Amino acid sequence: MAIKKDKVDVVMVGLGWTGSIMGMELTEAGLSVLALERGDMRDTNTDTPYPKAVDELKYSVRGALFQDLSRETVTIRHTLSDVAVPYRQHGSFLLGDGVGGAGFHWNGMMYRNLPEELEMRTHHEQKYGKKFIPEDMTIQDHGVTYKELEPFYDFSEKVMAVSGKAGNLKGQIVPGGNPLEGERSDEFPTPPLQYQYSASLVEKAMRDVGYHPYPAPAANASQPFTNPYGVRIGPCNYCGFCENYGCYMYSKASPQTTILPVLLKRKNFEVRTKAQVIKVNLDASGKRATGVTYIDAQGREVEQPADLVLLTAFQTHNVRLLLLSGIGKPYDPVTGEGVVGKNFAYQYNGGINVVMPKGTQFNPFIGTGAGGVGMDDLNADQFDHGPLGFIGGASIRHVRYGGRPIKQAGTMPGEKVPSWGSEWKASVQDAYQRTLTIGMSGSVMAYRDCYLSLDPTYKDANGQPLLRMTLNWKENEGKMLTYIAGEMEKVGQAMNPEKVVKAVRKTGSSWDTRVYQSTHLTGGAIMGTTPKNSVVNKYLQSWDVPNVFVYGACAFPQNMGYNPTGLVTALAYHSAKAIREQYLKNPGPLVQA
Amino acid sequence: MSQDKEPRRRFLRQVLAIVPAASTLGGATTVAVSQAAMADSSEPGKARAYTPTYFTAAEWAFLNAAVDHLIPSDQYGAGALETGVPEFIDRQMETPYGAGKLWYMQGPFHPDSVPELGYQLSLVPRDIYRQGIAACNDWCSKNHGKVFAELDKAKQLDVLKMMDGGKISFETVPAKTFFNFMLGNTKEGYFADPMYGGNQKMGGWKMVGFPGARADYADWVDQYNVKYPYGPVSILGEKG
Repeated sequence: MAIKKDKVDVVMVGLGWTGSIMGMELTEAGLSVLALERGDMRDTNTDTPYPKAVDELKYSVRGALFQDLSRETVTIRHTLSDVAVPYRQHGSFLLGDGVGGAGFHWNGMMYRNLPEELEMRTHHEQKYGKKFIPEDMTIQDHGVTYKELEPFYDFSEKVMAVSGKAGNLKGQIVPGGNPLEGERSDEFPTPPLQYQYSASLVEKAMRDVGYHPYPAPAANASQPFTNPYGVRIGPCNYCGFCENYGCYMYSKASPQTTILPVLLKRKNFEVRTKAQVIKVNLDASGKRATGVTYIDAQGREVEQPADLVLLTAFQTHNVRLLLLSGIGKPYDPVTGEGVVGKNFAYQYNGGINVVMPKGTQFNPFIGTGAGGVGMDDLNADQFDHGPLGFIGGASIRHVRYGGRPIKQAGTMPGEKVPSWGSEWKASVQDAYQRTLTIGMSGSVMAYRDCYLSLDPTYKDANGQPLLRMTLNWKENEGKMLTYIAGEMEKVGQAMNPEKVVKAVRKTGSSWDTRVYQSTHLTGGAIMGTTPKNSVVNKYLQSWDVPNVFVYGACAFPQNMGYNPTGLVTALAYHSAKAIREQYLKNPGPLVQA
Repeated sequence: MSQDKEPRRRFLRQVLAIVPAASTLGGATTVAVSQAAMADSSEPGKARAYTPTYFTAAEWAFLNAAVDHLIPSDQYGAGALETGVPEFIDRQMETPYGAGKLWYMQGPFHPDSVPELGYQLSLVPRDIYRQGIAACNDWCSKNHGKVFAELDKAKQLDVLKMMDGGKISFETVPAKTFFNFMLGNTKEGYFADPMYGGNQKMGGWKMVGFPGARADYADWVDQYNVKYPYGPVSILGEKG
């Protein structure tokens, strides 16, 4: 290795949400921080100004902002006895890339957790008995509580100018918000986005049936806002080009619109793009990282020494890097030993399609990434699971994302319509203005045989093994969503529709990687209370190598119904506080094993 | 075909001045139609005159005949032919997408994997069309005595339905895979921004009532159940 750079205090792998947060926090503490970003610099003004930004073919269909799979992808198999094959085209999940990562083009759904979600094993064993959780369902407590994280959820929301309405303010239930939420210390930074027509109808139906609808919390600011870093965020104009796109209104929270304008100017912060980290380097003891090795823009190997190594890339890359670097014992699904790669989970989605009478004008092109109406009555353990025989629930929401014709103009639900010809045209024209979907984002538990490992055959453009996913849907999630859909059908019917059509996959069907579902891939570097069953402690510090911290949803021991970013950012800020106030004064394990 | 040669010569000069519209790296760039070319008036109900750069004359005839069935011109609105879908598809073949550069194409390949694990063939879109069209024409010649484009409309429709239903077997590419690509690209061409060559005169957007690149509805979000009154605009400023 010919090139060795000057040492920095902190080196971070990836400059998306967690990299931007940790970069701010640690430069504030006076450290020299270097972010190594695999992709390119990305900037709203340069990359996605109006009207270039609103190009459905370029961004939603050809995926101009997504990871270039031709250079690096993952392999996927359903079970341990299958051969994993490459994920050759974007489908089920859309991997981000570049500065900002997927945070540049996400929807902006920004949720906290319901308190029981952070203590899944303890809570369910106490409430339903130890036998309630099946043996192969390897769910665990996070090792941190909602109360401990509350100030950090709160700060994240302020940084992102999240729009919404508090429902439980300092223990008082407040009208207009979510009465089921965990207690909040403060109101949302911006008021809720306006309900589109379809959301107003769904809201009323939810109430009529007896549920508790509330405005969905959205990192799409409803009005101009100056965040705690002094960065000004603009107002959402309901443009209908949110997810997959950069926001030309500067109203979708992204690292670019909330943090980077300040961070990039700091003298003790540097970002090197086109710098792909291939390894975390360890000293002879294997218990201390000395820095990282990366491949630079020219393809040369470069050694970057550092005192602190933060893995702030996406879930998949962080886990892969741990495996490639020999940090922690790789998980073996047959013996159940090891931890790195364990508890890989995802999101189990479905929808209730509601068709309103002819003449209804929803104007579906009026869209936002995350604005709409939600309810938590059927989420987590907010309802009695005793007689039901499954664990988990769904974050239910109706959000109108847009009416983009290539991907969002479908045929009439519940009808066998040809996918081409005059009948197809007639059906699309008929359905466009009068259909809506109530989305159900279902939790996915952790299972013994759903895990991440290195692929034995396929390699990336640098010759390194790809990450291999082993996962399939389980009966638990099938039962869960089937039950919830049955309940939500009543909400659809309460809207006086022409018809209601449930869209829930059949229990027992295989994970179809061709169809977009969600990019909420979780686990593989899970947090916990003991190194026996987790990779990192509650501060996301590696049990094995205390000067390595691992961020992102790879820390989730199982996945909840909600979108992950709220918990991801809260955990990052929580970790940053511990590093600043404890670790820097006394480097070493923050939690005794 | 137009009898008037002068507009056609002017059009060809303008076609040579095509400027790529996109500037990002990563394979999503495409050859866009210059504004001058778009302003050239075509006959009503017909797409701009266009000479393909990827497809041969025989393949071009096949494509035009096929997409006319996939999205016909009818009482619901414009069809694939008049909106220039064949031009769109030809242009796409010259992009990184067409060359398969957006996909992970390292072997080994396992084309017989379960469908849920996605596309596992070693063919890129350009190949899929080249092989698919050849195989289909071959099948038509053997079974109906003529290539696809020369069959009558009813027989063409039958052949497409058989490909869609997986009822025909090709050696080089599965017929259903070829059909799915053609159908997918046809819908893309029908609904994408006109700068990519299709959706000419925004006929696709008008069919469904999509305002195109307006993308600003702050004044409309609280207007419940009213008809949105404006026609579409394109990224390069065409008004429909």
